[in-house]
Amino acid sequence: MATIAPPAPRARTGSGVDRLEKWRRRAPLLPALVFLVVVTQIPFVVTLVISTLHWNVLQPGDKGFVGLDNYQTVFTDERLRNAVKNTIVLTASVVLISLLLGLLLAVLLDRRFPGRGLARTLLIAPFLVMPVAAALLWKHAIYNPDYGLLNGTLNAIWRAFGAAEGPQLDWVSDYPMPAVVAALVWQWTPFMMLILLAGLQAQPGDVLEAARVDGASGLGIFRYITLPHLRQYIELSVLLGSIYIVQTFDAIFTITQGGPGTATTTLPYEIYLTMFRKYEYGEAAAAGVVVVIGTIIVATFALRVISSLFREEMAK
Amino acid sequence: MSTTTPAPVEQPTEPGPRRTSEPPRRAAMSRRRRKSSDDQAARGGPLWALFAWVLTLLFFAPVAWMVLTSLHKEADAATNPPSLLAPLTTGNYGLLFDRGVRPFLINSATASILSTILVLALAIPAAYALAIKPVEKWTDVLFFFLSTKFLPAIAALLPIYLIVKDLGMLDNVYTLVILYTSMNLPIAVWLMHSFLAEVPREILEAAEVDGAGLLRVLWQVIRPIAMPGIAATALICFIFSWNEFMFAVNLTATRASTSPVFLVGFISSQGLFLAKLCAAATLVSLPVLIAGFAAQDKLVRGLSLGAIK
Repeated sequence: MATIAPPAPRARTGSGVDRLEKWRRRAPLLPALVFLVVVTQIPFVVTLVISTLHWNVLQPGDKGFVGLDNYQTVFTDERLRNAVKNTIVLTASVVLISLLLGLLLAVLLDRRFPGRGLARTLLIAPFLVMPVAAALLWKHAIYNPDYGLLNGTLNAIWRAFGAAEGPQLDWVSDYPMPAVVAALVWQWTPFMMLILLAGLQAQPGDVLEAARVDGASGLGIFRYITLPHLRQYIELSVLLGSIYIVQTFDAIFTITQGGPGTATTTLPYEIYLTMFRKYEYGEAAAAGVVVVIGTIIVATFALRVISSLFREEMAK
Repeated sequence: MSTTTPAPVEQPTEPGPRRTSEPPRRAAMSRRRRKSSDDQAARGGPLWALFAWVLTLLFFAPVAWMVLTSLHKEADAATNPPSLLAPLTTGNYGLLFDRGVRPFLINSATASILSTILVLALAIPAAYALAIKPVEKWTDVLFFFLSTKFLPAIAALLPIYLIVKDLGMLDNVYTLVILYTSMNLPIAVWLMHSFLAEVPREILEAAEVDGAGLLRVLWQVIRPIAMPGIAATALICFIFSWNEFMFAVNLTATRASTSPVFLVGFISSQGLFLAKLCAAATLVSLPVLIAGFAAQDKLVRGLSLGAIK
């Protein structure tokens, strides 16, 4: 697929010995580079070609070049605009909520308390559960209106207080987006927590000590020393989290199938539907190209953040 | 290529008071962390411990519920209110093997292990060429690797599906090996680079002056530093390929399907299925849970692509 940071042209250098040495240095890099270029860039070229075709598998006789028609469809399609909106809502909510919860947990785990090591281990578990398994678990074992854990717990509490029956909420149908967000937040909070906890533990102890001696309050230390220090870690966790979460396919496929209606249809799922349910290959390819271009724009910004982190790291 | 020139970093001007002298930014993410955080970390009071544990158990509850339900009979699994104290049985797990979960597990293991080996075989030499004897423009190359990770996999699904179909490689586990390798290669190159960049330059030069051959340098100087890096890289690659679903569900049908595909197909069966589903979910998550718990210390560095040491 497309290159985001194209390498600048190499300076030509003189002697043959130099050139030999250069190729000797490059040689170990080449297999990985060639492999990645072949497997990721060739499909992108194929996508570009398909995006100019009218190609619906259900109408085999009707295949042909249509220029930019597919792009016009993509940009005027209500469904795609809706999918873009859902993708942004989903990604932003999951990233923000899991960041805040992760920060809270990281702050809690930064202090010593009995069983802290065990608590950290247990907290990682949600991230390690297979995403499809987690999605199925939330859909059937937790959200199910009849026997799910949520309604079951509500029922038990209601009965404990003398009511005959707890509320019977149909979580996935009534609150589809929050239901998906909650399941994903559960999976991604440990990820945020791990990175932020590493950040907290990298705080120079002497600065904290000095602040305490100077009589700074716990909240003041957090606001004026810890948070600025954590900024890089927050940037890193938001960035990496977003890369993964924006591509979420498993949870949508499993919990809501994009529904009800198109309430939770995100871009990856919409493109999947265009491809394997409507068999509109041309349209799916055009949507793919648009998504890649959108990603490049966002990623250029993101890569700049990583690259500044990286330079600082290498500068040490 | 010099790795010691500090790049100018603009201190962004932010509104809001900044009274305390902020530690210089480069002190962040440094090796200057508190040596053993357990000894020096402040102690939380009993309320702190209580709050931390309540939150922890709340987060762990779904996992505990999954494991507990997997050990219940179907009739006890789907009750309202939930029956916590129902008798335990391992019957559901036996049933999974009767329903043929084994080939799916084998496919998952094949795809993840082979792709992890292939990733390491490609990434370690590449990282060597980017960190130890860096080629010119090595940062650009490093960022090219990373940039491919930003591209949405869904956009590649259609062309890959068509190419794979043309090559007659649909429903073939080696197709997944190739795809998972390309999915994890950028992560692995970054991670291995971050580890190899830690090899002290002076030692390398000293070894060369002493006339040590490349193989000896690799084995005696680089290997001890690279081993934890290889372990961290292998762990992350294994987790991501074991859990991958989108390519697996769309490119395989019967022979090459992996465990997440088994899970999705499993629930379409009729009748009560909650206990069996939880058993299946637990079973397929188990390898990653075990690997992740066992190598917790490697997880942070791996997940942050080596940015956090």
